[in-house]
Amino acid sequence: MLRPFTLHRPETADEACALLARLGEDSAAYAGGTELLLMMKLGLLRPRHLVDVKRIRGFGEIGLESHLGPRGPSPATAGGANSEGTRLTIGAAVTHRAVERSALVGARCPLVGSVARHVANVRVRNVGTVGGNLAFADPHSDLATLFLTLAASVELVSPRGRRELPLADFVRGPWETARASDELLAAVRLTPWAGDTAAAYVKFGVHERPTLAVAAALRLDGPVGAGRRGGDRIVDARVAVGCVGPKPERAAAAEACLRGASVADLEDAARAASDIAAAGVDPADDLYGSADYKREMVAVFVRRALGIAAARARGVAPATRFPHAVVA
Amino acid sequence: MTIHTVVNGRPHDLDVAPHALLLDVLRDTLDLKGAKRSCDTQVCGACTVLVDGLAVSACTYLAVEADGRSVLTVEGLAEGESLHPLQRAFVEAGAVQCGFCTSGMLLTAKAMLSEHDRPTRADVLHYLRGSLCRCTGYRKIVDAVLAAAETRS
Repeated sequence: MLRPFTLHRPETADEACALLARLGEDSAAYAGGTELLLMMKLGLLRPRHLVDVKRIRGFGEIGLESHLGPRGPSPATAGGANSEGTRLTIGAAVTHRAVERSALVGARCPLVGSVARHVANVRVRNVGTVGGNLAFADPHSDLATLFLTLAASVELVSPRGRRELPLADFVRGPWETARASDELLAAVRLTPWAGDTAAAYVKFGVHERPTLAVAAALRLDGPVGAGRRGGDRIVDARVAVGCVGPKPERAAAAEACLRGASVADLEDAARAASDIAAAGVDPADDLYGSADYKREMVAVFVRRALGIAAARARGVAPATRFPHAVVA
Repeated sequence: MTIHTVVNGRPHDLDVAPHALLLDVLRDTLDLKGAKRSCDTQVCGACTVLVDGLAVSACTYLAVEADGRSVLTVEGLAEGESLHPLQRAFVEAGAVQCGFCTSGMLLTAKAMLSEHDRPTRADVLHYLRGSLCRCTGYRKIVDAVLAAAETRS
Protein backbone atom coordinates (compact mmCIF):
# COMPACT_ATOMS: atom_id res chain seq x y z
CA MET A 1 0.00 0.00 0.00
CA LEU A 2 1.16 3.46 -0.81
CA ARG A 3 0.60 6.54 1.29
CA PRO A 4 -1.36 9.30 -0.49
CA PHE A 5 0.57 11.85 -2.55
CA THR A 6 -0.06 14.54 -5.12
CA LEU A 7 1.11 13.78 -8.64
CA HIS A 8 2.60 16.63 -10.67
CA ARG A 9 3.15 16.27 -14.39
CA PRO A 10 5.33 19.13 -15.62
CA GLU A 11 6.11 19.40 -19.31
CA THR A 12 9.37 21.31 -19.00
CA ALA A 13 12.51 20.75 -16.96
CA ASP A 14 12.23 24.32 -15.60
CA GLU A 15 8.77 23.61 -14.28
CA ALA A 16 9.91 20.30 -12.74
CA CYS A 17 12.92 21.92 -11.06
CA ALA A 18 10.77 24.74 -9.71
CA LEU A 19 8.47 22.14 -8.16
CA LEU A 20 11.39 20.23 -6.62
CA ALA A 21 12.86 23.48 -5.31
CA ARG A 22 9.54 24.59 -3.82
CA LEU A 23 8.50 21.23 -2.36
CA GLY A 24 11.99 20.22 -1.23
CA GLU A 25 12.32 17.05 0.81
CA ASP A 26 8.60 16.50 0.56
CA SER A 27 8.92 15.63 -3.12
CA ALA A 28 10.53 13.02 -5.30
CA ALA A 29 11.17 12.78 -9.02
CA TYR A 30 9.17 9.90 -10.50
CA ALA A 31 9.58 8.13 -13.82
CA GLY A 32 9.08 4.35 -14.00
CA GLY A 33 8.60 3.95 -10.27
CA THR A 34 10.37 0.60 -10.22
CA GLU A 35 12.68 1.75 -7.44
CA LEU A 36 10.76 4.67 -5.94
CA LEU A 37 7.43 2.92 -5.45
CA LEU A 38 9.14 -0.01 -3.73
CA MET A 39 10.86 2.35 -1.30
CA MET A 40 7.53 4.10 -0.71
CA LYS A 41 5.72 0.81 -0.06
CA LEU A 42 8.32 -0.01 2.57
CA GLY A 43 7.89 3.43 4.10
CA LEU A 44 11.59 4.19 3.60
CA LEU A 45 10.57 7.20 1.50
CA ARG A 46 7.42 9.14 2.23
CA PRO A 47 7.17 11.96 -0.34
CA ARG A 48 3.87 13.79 -0.38
CA HIS A 49 4.49 15.01 -3.92
CA LEU A 50 5.71 13.03 -6.92
CA VAL A 51 7.04 14.97 -9.89
CA ASP A 52 6.54 12.86 -12.99
CA VAL A 53 9.42 13.58 -15.39
CA LYS A 54 8.18 11.42 -18.28
CA ARG A 55 6.43 14.27 -20.08
CA ILE A 56 9.42 16.58 -20.12
CA ARG A 57 10.62 17.21 -23.65
CA GLY A 58 13.82 15.38 -24.47
CA PHE A 59 13.80 13.20 -21.37
CA GLY A 60 12.56 10.24 -23.37
CA GLU A 61 15.02 10.62 -26.23
CA ILE A 62 18.25 8.98 -27.30
CA GLY A 63 20.56 11.03 -29.50
CA LEU A 64 24.09 11.91 -30.48
CA GLU A 65 25.88 14.93 -29.19
CA SER A 66 29.13 16.21 -30.54
CA HIS A 67 31.44 16.67 -27.60
CA LEU A 68 32.62 20.25 -27.68
CA GLY A 69 35.95 20.29 -25.93
CA PRO A 70 37.76 23.48 -25.03
CA ARG A 71 39.02 23.75 -28.58
CA GLY A 72 35.72 22.92 -30.23
CA PRO A 73 34.91 19.94 -32.38
CA SER A 74 37.76 18.07 -34.00
CA PRO A 75 37.87 18.03 -37.81
CA ALA A 76 37.07 14.33 -37.75
CA THR A 77 33.90 14.97 -35.77
CA ALA A 78 32.88 17.84 -37.97
CA GLY A 79 33.18 15.57 -40.98
CA GLY A 80 30.74 13.16 -39.38
CA ALA A 81 32.57 10.10 -40.68
CA ASN A 82 34.45 9.43 -37.49
CA SER A 83 32.50 8.73 -34.34
CA GLU A 84 35.40 9.73 -32.06
CA GLY A 85 34.27 12.44 -29.73
CA THR A 86 30.58 12.05 -30.51
CA ARG A 87 28.77 11.11 -27.37
CA LEU A 88 25.60 9.10 -27.02
CA THR A 89 23.00 10.89 -24.92
CA ILE A 90 20.30 8.87 -23.21
CA GLY A 91 17.46 10.87 -21.65
CA ALA A 92 16.68 10.16 -18.02
CA ALA A 93 13.18 8.83 -18.75
CA VAL A 94 14.27 6.38 -21.47
CA THR A 95 13.26 2.86 -20.45
CA HIS A 96 15.66 -0.08 -20.42
CA ARG A 97 13.50 -1.61 -23.13
CA ALA A 98 13.93 1.43 -25.36
CA VAL A 99 17.70 1.23 -24.87
CA GLU A 100 17.62 -2.47 -25.75
CA ARG A 101 15.72 -1.76 -28.96
CA SER A 102 17.46 1.45 -30.02
CA ALA A 103 19.27 1.17 -33.35
CA LEU A 104 21.43 4.14 -32.37
CA VAL A 105 22.55 2.43 -29.15
CA GLY A 106 23.16 -0.76 -31.11
CA ALA A 107 25.36 1.10 -33.60
CA ARG A 108 27.34 3.26 -31.16
CA CYS A 109 27.39 1.35 -27.88
CA PRO A 110 26.27 -2.20 -28.72
CA LEU A 111 27.15 -3.64 -25.32
CA VAL A 112 24.84 -1.09 -23.67
CA GLY A 113 21.96 -2.50 -25.70
CA SER A 114 22.91 -6.06 -24.76
CA VAL A 115 23.18 -5.23 -21.07
CA ALA A 116 19.84 -3.38 -21.15
CA ARG A 117 18.33 -6.67 -22.38
CA HIS A 118 19.41 -8.31 -19.14
CA VAL A 119 18.46 -5.68 -16.56
CA ALA A 120 16.15 -7.19 -13.88
CA ASN A 121 13.18 -8.73 -15.71
CA VAL A 122 11.03 -7.76 -18.68
CA ARG A 123 8.42 -5.99 -16.54
CA VAL A 124 11.03 -3.78 -14.91
CA ARG A 125 12.68 -3.14 -18.29
CA ASN A 126 9.37 -2.04 -19.78
CA VAL A 127 8.83 0.76 -17.28
CA GLY A 128 12.13 1.29 -15.42
CA THR A 129 14.30 4.12 -16.70
CA VAL A 130 17.98 4.78 -17.15
CA GLY A 131 17.75 7.98 -15.09
CA GLY A 132 15.90 6.30 -12.27
CA ASN A 133 18.43 3.50 -12.19
CA LEU A 134 21.38 5.89 -11.93
CA ALA A 135 19.70 8.35 -9.56
CA PHE A 136 18.85 5.58 -7.09
CA ALA A 137 22.48 4.52 -7.03
CA ASP A 138 21.72 0.97 -6.01
CA PRO A 139 25.16 -0.65 -5.70
CA HIS A 140 23.80 -3.52 -7.81
CA SER A 141 23.02 -1.32 -10.83
CA ASP A 142 24.06 -2.98 -14.09
CA LEU A 143 24.13 0.32 -15.93
CA ALA A 144 26.37 2.22 -13.54
CA THR A 145 29.02 -0.51 -13.68
CA LEU A 146 29.01 -0.69 -17.47
CA PHE A 147 28.79 3.08 -17.94
CA LEU A 148 31.99 3.61 -15.94
CA THR A 149 33.88 1.99 -18.83
CA LEU A 150 32.23 4.45 -21.26
CA ALA A 151 33.45 7.62 -19.57
CA ALA A 152 29.88 8.41 -18.58
CA SER A 153 28.74 11.72 -17.22
CA VAL A 154 25.35 12.85 -16.06
CA GLU A 155 23.59 16.10 -16.82
CA LEU A 156 21.86 17.73 -13.86
CA VAL A 157 19.43 20.63 -14.19
CA SER A 158 18.16 22.96 -11.49
CA PRO A 159 16.81 26.50 -11.17
CA ARG A 160 20.51 27.48 -10.89
CA GLY A 161 21.33 26.08 -14.33
CA ARG A 162 22.85 22.95 -15.79
CA ARG A 163 25.95 21.09 -14.80
CA GLU A 164 27.68 17.96 -15.97
CA LEU A 165 29.30 15.54 -13.59
CA PRO A 166 31.31 12.36 -14.22
CA LEU A 167 29.23 9.35 -13.21
CA ALA A 168 32.06 8.27 -10.92
CA ASP A 169 31.56 11.50 -8.93
CA PHE A 170 27.78 11.47 -9.17
CA VAL A 171 27.42 8.10 -7.45
CA ARG A 172 28.81 8.60 -3.95
CA GLY A 173 27.83 5.39 -2.24
CA PRO A 174 24.90 3.06 -1.67
CA TRP A 175 21.72 4.98 -2.62
CA GLU A 176 23.64 8.23 -2.34
CA THR A 177 24.42 10.66 -5.15
CA ALA A 178 25.76 14.17 -5.56
CA ARG A 179 22.33 15.37 -6.75
CA ALA A 180 20.99 18.33 -4.78
CA SER A 181 17.34 18.13 -3.72
CA ASP A 182 16.26 20.70 -6.32
CA GLU A 183 18.26 19.07 -9.09
CA LEU A 184 16.93 16.75 -11.74
CA LEU A 185 18.92 14.11 -13.56
CA ALA A 186 18.22 14.99 -17.20
CA ALA A 187 20.43 12.63 -19.18
CA VAL A 188 23.51 10.45 -19.20
CA ARG A 189 26.23 10.86 -21.82
CA LEU A 190 28.41 7.98 -22.93
CA THR A 191 31.60 8.15 -24.96
CA PRO A 192 31.52 5.17 -27.34
CA TRP A 193 34.60 2.98 -27.49
CA ALA A 194 36.75 3.18 -30.59
CA GLY A 195 35.90 0.66 -33.29
CA ASP A 196 38.87 -1.55 -32.45
CA THR A 197 37.53 -2.39 -28.99
CA ALA A 198 36.21 -5.75 -27.80
CA ALA A 199 34.21 -5.95 -24.61
CA ALA A 200 32.12 -8.11 -22.32
CA TYR A 201 29.79 -7.69 -19.40
CA VAL A 202 29.26 -10.59 -17.00
CA LYS A 203 27.05 -10.70 -13.94
CA PHE A 204 26.71 -13.48 -11.45
CA GLY A 205 24.19 -14.27 -8.75
CA VAL A 206 21.23 -16.31 -7.64
CA HIS A 207 19.00 -13.50 -6.39
CA GLU A 208 17.00 -10.91 -8.33
CA ARG A 209 19.94 -8.52 -8.13
CA PRO A 210 23.41 -9.75 -9.04
CA THR A 211 26.06 -10.67 -6.50
CA LEU A 212 28.71 -9.13 -8.68
CA ALA A 213 29.14 -7.65 -12.13
CA VAL A 214 32.19 -7.03 -14.28
CA ALA A 215 32.50 -4.87 -17.38
CA ALA A 216 35.69 -5.24 -19.41
CA ALA A 217 36.71 -3.44 -22.60
CA LEU A 218 39.98 -4.01 -24.49
CA ARG A 219 41.14 -1.60 -27.15
CA LEU A 220 43.55 -3.17 -29.62
CA ASP A 221 46.30 -1.87 -31.87
CA GLY A 222 44.28 -2.97 -34.90
CA PRO A 223 40.78 -4.03 -35.93
CA VAL A 224 38.77 -6.50 -33.89
CA GLY A 225 38.24 -9.88 -35.52
CA ALA A 226 40.03 -12.86 -36.94
CA GLY A 227 42.80 -12.67 -39.53
CA ARG A 228 46.37 -11.58 -39.87
CA ARG A 229 45.44 -7.89 -40.10
CA GLY A 230 43.53 -7.98 -36.84
CA GLY A 231 44.84 -6.24 -33.75
CA ASP A 232 46.57 -8.19 -31.04
CA ARG A 233 48.21 -5.85 -28.51
CA ILE A 234 46.03 -4.19 -25.89
CA VAL A 235 46.61 -0.45 -26.03
CA ASP A 236 43.91 0.46 -23.53
CA ALA A 237 41.90 -1.58 -21.06
CA ARG A 238 38.92 -0.66 -18.95
CA VAL A 239 37.62 -2.83 -16.14
CA ALA A 240 34.77 -1.93 -13.80
CA VAL A 241 33.47 -4.04 -10.93
CA GLY A 242 29.98 -3.55 -9.52
CA CYS A 243 27.71 -4.89 -6.76
CA VAL A 244 30.41 -5.93 -4.30
CA GLY A 245 31.53 -2.56 -2.98
CA PRO A 246 29.57 0.49 -1.77
CA LYS A 247 29.53 1.70 -5.38
CA PRO A 248 30.75 0.42 -8.74
CA GLU A 249 34.40 1.24 -9.36
CA ARG A 250 36.95 1.15 -12.15
CA ALA A 251 39.90 -1.12 -11.38
CA ALA A 252 42.67 1.19 -12.57
CA ALA A 253 45.55 -0.97 -11.32
CA ALA A 254 44.12 -4.02 -13.07
CA GLU A 255 43.68 -2.01 -16.26
CA ALA A 256 47.33 -0.92 -16.14
CA CYS A 257 48.65 -4.46 -16.07
CA LEU A 258 46.64 -5.39 -19.17
CA ARG A 259 48.15 -2.70 -21.37
CA GLY A 260 50.66 -4.12 -23.81
CA ALA A 261 49.46 -7.70 -23.37
CA SER A 262 48.49 -9.87 -26.33
CA VAL A 263 44.84 -10.94 -26.62
CA ALA A 264 46.01 -14.22 -28.15
CA ASP A 265 47.95 -15.00 -24.99
CA LEU A 266 46.12 -13.16 -22.26
CA GLU A 267 46.10 -15.90 -19.61
CA ASP A 268 48.90 -14.55 -17.38
CA ALA A 269 47.96 -10.89 -17.69
CA ALA A 270 44.28 -11.69 -17.07
CA ARG A 271 45.18 -13.69 -13.97
CA ALA A 272 47.32 -10.85 -12.63
CA ALA A 273 44.64 -8.27 -13.45
CA SER A 274 41.89 -10.29 -11.80
CA ASP A 275 43.95 -10.78 -8.62
CA ILE A 276 44.64 -7.04 -8.50
CA ALA A 277 40.97 -6.24 -9.09
CA ALA A 278 39.94 -8.65 -6.30
CA ALA A 279 42.45 -7.10 -3.91
CA GLY A 280 41.07 -3.66 -4.72
CA VAL A 281 37.38 -4.23 -3.94
CA ASP A 282 35.75 -3.38 -0.63
CA PRO A 283 33.08 -6.06 -0.12
CA ALA A 284 30.75 -6.49 2.84
CA ASP A 285 29.16 -9.63 4.27
CA ASP A 286 25.49 -9.69 3.33
CA LEU A 287 22.80 -11.94 1.91
CA TYR A 288 24.60 -11.98 -1.44
CA GLY A 289 27.60 -13.70 0.13
CA SER A 290 30.44 -13.24 2.56
CA ALA A 291 33.09 -10.63 1.85
CA ASP A 292 35.70 -13.34 1.28
CA TYR A 293 33.45 -15.17 -1.14
CA LYS A 294 32.72 -12.02 -3.11
CA ARG A 295 36.40 -11.17 -3.34
CA GLU A 296 37.11 -14.66 -4.61
CA MET A 297 34.32 -14.39 -7.18
CA VAL A 298 35.59 -11.00 -8.37
CA ALA A 299 38.88 -12.69 -9.30
CA VAL A 300 37.02 -15.49 -11.09
CA PHE A 301 34.70 -13.25 -13.02
CA VAL A 302 37.19 -10.56 -13.97
CA ARG A 303 39.26 -13.36 -15.48
CA ARG A 304 36.21 -14.76 -17.29
CA ALA A 305 35.10 -11.36 -18.58
CA LEU A 306 38.59 -10.68 -19.90
CA GLY A 307 38.64 -14.12 -21.51
CA ILE A 308 35.35 -13.40 -23.28
CA ALA A 309 36.49 -9.96 -24.43
CA ALA A 310 39.78 -11.42 -25.67
CA ALA A 311 37.97 -14.16 -27.60
CA ARG A 312 35.71 -11.54 -29.16
CA ALA A 313 38.78 -9.47 -30.02
CA ARG A 314 40.13 -12.42 -31.97
CA GLY A 315 36.83 -13.20 -33.66
CA VAL A 316 36.57 -16.49 -31.78
CA ALA A 317 33.31 -17.67 -30.20
CA PRO A 318 33.87 -17.25 -26.45
CA ALA A 319 32.73 -19.65 -23.73
CA THR A 320 29.73 -17.83 -22.35
CA ARG A 321 27.98 -20.40 -20.19
CA PHE A 322 28.79 -20.24 -16.53
CA PRO A 323 26.43 -21.37 -13.74
CA HIS A 324 24.23 -18.54 -12.44
CA ALA A 325 25.92 -16.03 -14.73
CA VAL A 326 24.58 -13.80 -17.48
CA VAL A 327 26.93 -12.76 -20.25
CA ALA A 328 26.26 -9.70 -22.39
CA MET B 1 -8.09 11.74 -10.98
CA THR B 2 -10.29 10.45 -13.77
CA ILE B 3 -8.70 8.01 -16.14
CA HIS B 4 -10.00 6.52 -19.34
CA THR B 5 -8.75 3.02 -19.87
CA VAL B 6 -9.78 0.00 -21.90
CA VAL B 7 -9.63 -3.21 -19.87
CA ASN B 8 -10.00 -6.49 -21.75
CA GLY B 9 -11.64 -4.62 -24.61
CA ARG B 10 -14.15 -2.73 -22.44
CA PRO B 11 -13.76 1.03 -21.98
CA HIS B 12 -13.91 2.39 -18.43
CA ASP B 13 -13.87 5.88 -16.99
CA LEU B 14 -12.52 5.43 -13.49
CA ASP B 15 -11.95 7.82 -10.65
CA VAL B 16 -8.68 6.76 -9.03
CA ALA B 17 -6.37 8.28 -6.43
CA PRO B 18 -2.82 9.09 -7.62
CA HIS B 19 -1.44 6.52 -5.19
CA ALA B 20 -3.81 3.74 -6.31
CA LEU B 21 -1.96 0.78 -7.77
CA LEU B 22 -3.22 -0.78 -10.95
CA LEU B 23 -3.40 -4.17 -9.24
CA ASP B 24 -5.85 -2.89 -6.61
CA VAL B 25 -8.00 -1.14 -9.19
CA LEU B 26 -8.19 -4.31 -11.27
CA ARG B 27 -8.89 -6.61 -8.35
CA ASP B 28 -11.06 -4.44 -6.12
CA THR B 29 -12.76 -1.92 -8.42
CA LEU B 30 -13.18 -4.07 -11.52
CA ASP B 31 -13.35 -7.40 -9.67
CA LEU B 32 -10.75 -8.98 -11.95
CA LYS B 33 -8.93 -11.37 -9.61
CA GLY B 34 -6.65 -13.02 -12.16
CA ALA B 35 -3.61 -10.87 -11.41
CA LYS B 36 -2.28 -11.85 -7.98
CA ARG B 37 -0.45 -9.91 -5.30
CA SER B 38 2.46 -12.00 -4.18
CA CYS B 39 5.98 -10.60 -3.74
CA ASP B 40 4.76 -7.00 -4.17
CA THR B 41 8.27 -6.04 -5.33
CA GLN B 42 8.27 -6.81 -9.10
CA VAL B 43 10.26 -9.97 -8.60
CA CYS B 44 7.77 -12.82 -9.01
CA GLY B 45 5.50 -11.96 -11.95
CA ALA B 46 2.22 -13.12 -10.36
CA CYS B 47 0.63 -9.68 -10.91
CA THR B 48 1.70 -9.38 -14.56
CA VAL B 49 -0.75 -7.65 -16.90
CA LEU B 50 -0.18 -6.16 -20.33
CA VAL B 51 -0.45 -2.40 -20.78
CA ASP B 52 -0.56 -1.54 -24.47
CA GLY B 53 0.90 -5.01 -25.04
CA LEU B 54 3.84 -4.57 -22.67
CA ALA B 55 4.19 -6.75 -19.58
CA VAL B 56 4.17 -4.74 -16.37
CA SER B 57 3.96 -5.57 -12.67
CA ALA B 58 0.53 -4.25 -11.69
CA CYS B 59 1.63 -4.29 -8.03
CA THR B 60 4.15 -1.50 -8.65
CA TYR B 61 2.40 0.47 -11.38
CA LEU B 62 0.25 3.49 -10.68
CA ALA B 63 -3.28 3.12 -12.02
CA VAL B 64 -3.10 6.65 -13.42
CA GLU B 65 -0.43 5.41 -15.84
CA ALA B 66 -3.11 3.31 -17.53
CA ASP B 67 -4.91 6.49 -18.60
CA GLY B 68 -5.42 6.40 -22.35
CA ARG B 69 -4.03 2.88 -22.56
CA SER B 70 -5.35 -0.65 -22.96
CA VAL B 71 -4.95 -3.21 -20.22
CA LEU B 72 -5.15 -6.95 -20.76
CA THR B 73 -5.60 -9.35 -17.85
CA VAL B 74 -5.92 -13.12 -17.95
CA GLU B 75 -9.71 -12.73 -17.95
CA GLY B 76 -9.43 -11.15 -21.40
CA LEU B 77 -7.47 -13.96 -23.02
CA ALA B 78 -10.21 -16.44 -23.85
CA GLU B 79 -12.89 -15.60 -26.38
CA GLY B 80 -16.12 -16.66 -24.72
CA GLU B 81 -15.85 -20.37 -24.00
CA SER B 82 -12.93 -20.75 -26.40
CA LEU B 83 -9.55 -20.79 -24.68
CA HIS B 84 -6.62 -18.76 -26.03
CA PRO B 85 -4.06 -21.05 -27.77
CA LEU B 86 -1.64 -20.40 -24.89
CA GLN B 87 -4.23 -21.45 -22.34
CA ARG B 88 -4.99 -24.60 -24.32
CA ALA B 89 -1.28 -25.39 -24.59
CA PHE B 90 -0.88 -24.92 -20.81
CA VAL B 91 -3.73 -27.37 -20.17
CA GLU B 92 -2.39 -29.91 -22.63
CA ALA B 93 1.20 -29.72 -21.36
CA GLY B 94 0.18 -29.93 -17.71
CA ALA B 95 1.77 -26.53 -17.17
CA VAL B 96 -0.67 -25.56 -14.41
CA GLN B 97 0.00 -26.89 -10.93
CA CYS B 98 -1.25 -24.70 -8.09
CA GLY B 99 -2.13 -22.06 -10.65
CA PHE B 100 -0.97 -19.02 -8.71
CA CYS B 101 1.67 -18.01 -11.27
CA THR B 102 -0.37 -19.09 -14.30
CA SER B 103 -2.04 -15.80 -15.22
CA GLY B 104 1.28 -13.99 -15.13
CA MET B 105 2.99 -16.72 -17.12
CA LEU B 106 0.27 -16.63 -19.78
CA LEU B 107 0.40 -12.87 -20.21
CA THR B 108 4.20 -12.75 -20.23
CA ALA B 109 4.19 -15.50 -22.85
CA LYS B 110 1.65 -13.57 -24.89
CA ALA B 111 3.88 -10.50 -24.90
CA MET B 112 6.83 -12.70 -25.90
CA LEU B 113 4.88 -14.22 -28.80
CA SER B 114 3.97 -10.77 -30.07
CA GLU B 115 7.69 -10.04 -30.46
CA HIS B 116 8.96 -13.38 -31.74
CA ASP B 117 7.54 -15.12 -34.80
CA ARG B 118 9.39 -18.35 -34.12
CA PRO B 119 10.73 -18.24 -30.56
CA THR B 120 13.49 -20.58 -29.49
CA ARG B 121 13.65 -22.19 -26.06
CA ALA B 122 16.27 -19.56 -25.17
CA ASP B 123 13.88 -16.75 -26.19
CA VAL B 124 11.19 -18.18 -23.92
CA LEU B 125 13.58 -18.67 -21.01
CA HIS B 126 14.93 -15.14 -21.39
CA TYR B 127 11.45 -13.64 -21.42
CA LEU B 128 10.11 -15.72 -18.54
CA ARG B 129 13.12 -15.01 -16.34
CA GLY B 130 11.51 -13.13 -13.48
CA SER B 131 8.27 -15.12 -13.62
CA LEU B 132 8.47 -17.48 -10.68
CA CYS B 133 6.64 -20.80 -10.27
CA ARG B 134 7.00 -22.05 -6.71
CA CYS B 135 5.80 -25.48 -7.79
CA THR B 136 8.92 -25.33 -10.00
CA GLY B 137 6.96 -26.53 -13.01
CA TYR B 138 9.10 -24.55 -15.41
CA ARG B 139 9.83 -27.28 -17.94
CA LYS B 140 6.18 -27.85 -18.76
CA ILE B 141 5.48 -24.12 -18.82
CA VAL B 142 8.25 -23.55 -21.37
CA ASP B 143 7.07 -26.61 -23.34
CA ALA B 144 3.56 -25.16 -23.41
CA VAL B 145 4.71 -21.76 -24.66
CA LEU B 146 6.76 -23.39 -27.41
CA ALA B 147 3.82 -25.63 -28.34
CA ALA B 148 1.55 -22.58 -28.58
CA ALA B 149 4.10 -20.84 -30.79
CA GLU B 150 4.25 -23.95 -32.98
CA THR B 151 0.44 -24.10 -33.29
CA ARG B 152 0.34 -20.49 -34.37
CA SER B 153 2.92 -20.77 -37.13
